[in-house]
Amino acid sequence: MRLRETKGDAVSYGVINALVVFLLAMVLYPIIYVISCSVSSPDLVASGKILFFPRGVNLMGYRRVFQDPAIMSGYANTLFYTVAGTAINLAVTVPAGYAMARKGLPGGRVITLLFLFTMYFSGGMVPLFMLIKNLRLYNTRWALLLLGAFSMYNCIICRSFFASVPRELTEAAEIDGCNPIRAFVQVVLPVSQALLGVMTLYFAVGHWNSYFNAMMYTSDQAIQPLQLVLRKILVLEQEQTAMMQAASDEYLAEQSKLRELIKYSVIVVSSLPVMVLYPFLQRYFVKGVMIGSVKG
Amino acid sequence: MLLLPAFVYICLFSYAPLYGLQIAFKDFYGSLGILGSPWVGFKHFSDFFSGFYFWRTFGNTIILSAYSLAINFPVPIILALMLNELKSARYKKFAQTALYAPHFISVVVMVGILHTMFSPSIGVVNTALEALGRERVYFMALPRLFRAMYVLSGTWQEMGWAAVIYIAALAGVDPALHESARIDGASRLQRIIHINLPCISTTIILLLILSIGGLINVGYEKIYLMQNEVNLEVSEVISTLVYKRGIINNRVSFSTAVGLFNNVVNLALLVSANFIAGRLSRESLF
Repeated sequence: MRLRETKGDAVSYGVINALVVFLLAMVLYPIIYVISCSVSSPDLVASGKILFFPRGVNLMGYRRVFQDPAIMSGYANTLFYTVAGTAINLAVTVPAGYAMARKGLPGGRVITLLFLFTMYFSGGMVPLFMLIKNLRLYNTRWALLLLGAFSMYNCIICRSFFASVPRELTEAAEIDGCNPIRAFVQVVLPVSQALLGVMTLYFAVGHWNSYFNAMMYTSDQAIQPLQLVLRKILVLEQEQTAMMQAASDEYLAEQSKLRELIKYSVIVVSSLPVMVLYPFLQRYFVKGVMIGSVKG
Repeated sequence: MLLLPAFVYICLFSYAPLYGLQIAFKDFYGSLGILGSPWVGFKHFSDFFSGFYFWRTFGNTIILSAYSLAINFPVPIILALMLNELKSARYKKFAQTALYAPHFISVVVMVGILHTMFSPSIGVVNTALEALGRERVYFMALPRLFRAMYVLSGTWQEMGWAAVIYIAALAGVDPALHESARIDGASRLQRIIHINLPCISTTIILLLILSIGGLINVGYEKIYLMQNEVNLEVSEVISTLVYKRGIINNRVSFSTAVGLFNNVVNLALLVSANFIAGRLSRESLF
């Protein structure tokens, strides 16, 4: 049966639509603004003349960004941390989630409680910092790779997912003489692509965007990730980068304009990989939110 | 076997630091080590509680959290209810995707965008204010604006993402309920309030418990980036204090004590929130 829309409903629909459009504009405007600025002329950017569309289009900002050794080294480090860190995350967290989902794990209840406790109570920042120093991990790449290698929150998502995988699947394999680990790798993992997609995305975005651990546990710029370089440029506004130090007096005014332009370019360059990828992966992570909510 | 790597990890990085917690009750000297340093009981706690910074820091933490909760908790619910009403599936999908784009921006970039857009000299917001005949405002430095900047930039960044879970819950609402309500003459607004809202109330309560449990865990990574000399009176929170005193100034024992206080309050909040919710609606986390 179809019902005709009443006048009141049409009005409320109009209001809702208008609000959604307003919110979309609020959310998208800063993104468009930053992109527009990043391709505009430095003079116009530095005098605040860009409002929406780019003006005096050029790629000077991007050229500078790609010539900057600090940014490029940060970028390479971030790529390394993201790829290697995510691999470690997956190797540690996903099997643990599977083990917890299986009934008949010896001492399973105690272990689960032991794990859950870490979600609610921790030693805190300073004892962890001292531990890292004592383990001689301070200022090494390992500190950034190993810290957060296991995530209890994501482990719970894995557990909920694996709990929904039919037991018969592994039982059949084990009857055929397959040990549990092989059954996990060869039977369960291949049917868990959605989960692996979500986990990869969560972990990778986390590595790509994190700065606090790097700020705490590294001091050597050669191993620092992109976000710390960004912090210097965007937040501390230090004239840190080599090309700025190289500036001679007569270019100084020019350089300060360029510095404004570079901020926008570097924002785009650093956020681009994630922003380009996420719409394609979204069916996975929406699923991830769902799996996570099952637990509740 | 499958658990082993994770087990080693939590023993090493979650439980080993608990051992280090004892320095909160000691005067830590690097030369004496954790075990050898002398016990001082609750000295560092009383230093913190009686210190000038306690109420300011504790207050800032709670106020920032409470403001965040008051605004950033209901907004995604309302957003989800609105998106759910959109008729075109394509438009709905587009709106959703666009609205959670900011979630993927890093905190550093987020604060960087705030700095550039709200810059007193060239920021577009100030350009607009001037065009309206208003004065330029140094948004990032004024203490009275800090809280609004923090909370609202959080809304901008997270509302779309936070709405995802409600949208998913709304997809499970039985269309027959709406059908019969419409036959009975219920308006759209009435149906949203009396059908959709109750249907997702379980999800809402659950997430509310989680939020209240995390009330003392403000987004210190972002706050630290937004801090400057001028706004410290409103922007210093417990975690940033721990970081600055403990890691930068090396006041190890004092910071450990402050951090421990933070964790204990956090645990208490979570347990009590869960208990209350359990009593109210049998929606419990454990």
